[in-house]
Amino acid sequence: MTLTNLESVPGQSIVEHYGLVQGSTIRAKHVGRDLMAGLKNIVGGELKGYTELMREARQQATDRMVEQAGELGANAIINIRYTTTSVSQGAAEMLAYGTAVRCQ
Amino acid sequence: MEPQPGDLPQGLEIFMSILFFSIPFVVLLFAYITGKITEKRHYASIHEREGHWLSIPATTGKQLPDLTTVASADLVVGSVVVSVDHFKRFLSKFRMVFGGEMKSYSSVIDRGRREAILRMKESSPEADLFLNCRLETSSVSKGKGKVVGCAEVLAYATAVRFQRTAE
Repeated sequence: MTLTNLESVPGQSIVEHYGLVQGSTIRAKHVGRDLMAGLKNIVGGELKGYTELMREARQQATDRMVEQAGELGANAIINIRYTTTSVSQGAAEMLAYGTAVRCQ
Repeated sequence: MEPQPGDLPQGLEIFMSILFFSIPFVVLLFAYITGKITEKRHYASIHEREGHWLSIPATTGKQLPDLTTVASADLVVGSVVVSVDHFKRFLSKFRMVFGGEMKSYSSVIDRGRREAILRMKESSPEADLFLNCRLETSSVSKGKGKVVGCAEVLAYATAVRFQRTAE
């Protein structure tokens, strides 16, 4: 599966469109990480636990999108966008969406 | 008054109360020093790595340069969650009274953004060009009241590798 955020796959031409595909996940932080982040908040800088958490969430959202595209018979997803929204205190939604296409 | 058995001696009591009331200031000082050191180190590392990646640009454009054929194109992502230190948060409370630019906060987000771009580039060391680079910032957790908790910076782009002509 080729993933790109361009409007076409460079070097290939699109032969079929399958429409929008999306994957999302809502993740909450666990207490231990929250506690550590609270301590880290005094010093400032990168919060590695959260970075890791967001990366996992994004990976899962992407995987779900890819899965959906695979079911449609696509071999590439173009024009991918990511958005993050904080749903409530301590929980974030990660959304990945794009257009599933077949290209060659 | 006769000192009761079990009471602290007066000198020690004063010392203890001074210690108790100075804790917030000690934390503030600690945050200031460590915050300064980490910022300095981070900027040094950013400058060094940016110099290294200078020849492989990340652009917001979508057009490929002419006369190139693409060998591979793939999505690359880099992200970082940053937070401001206790001292800057303390300063920001004053800033919220007077208004204006929060320099202490913008430097933190600036660091995060540049770090995210660098991580994105580092995840694909063989790329020749990063097309359609997008940046996004979102607040992960909101602190109490108006205070910012921490923010996530995300950078993503399409890493393109050109076809090498046999020489």
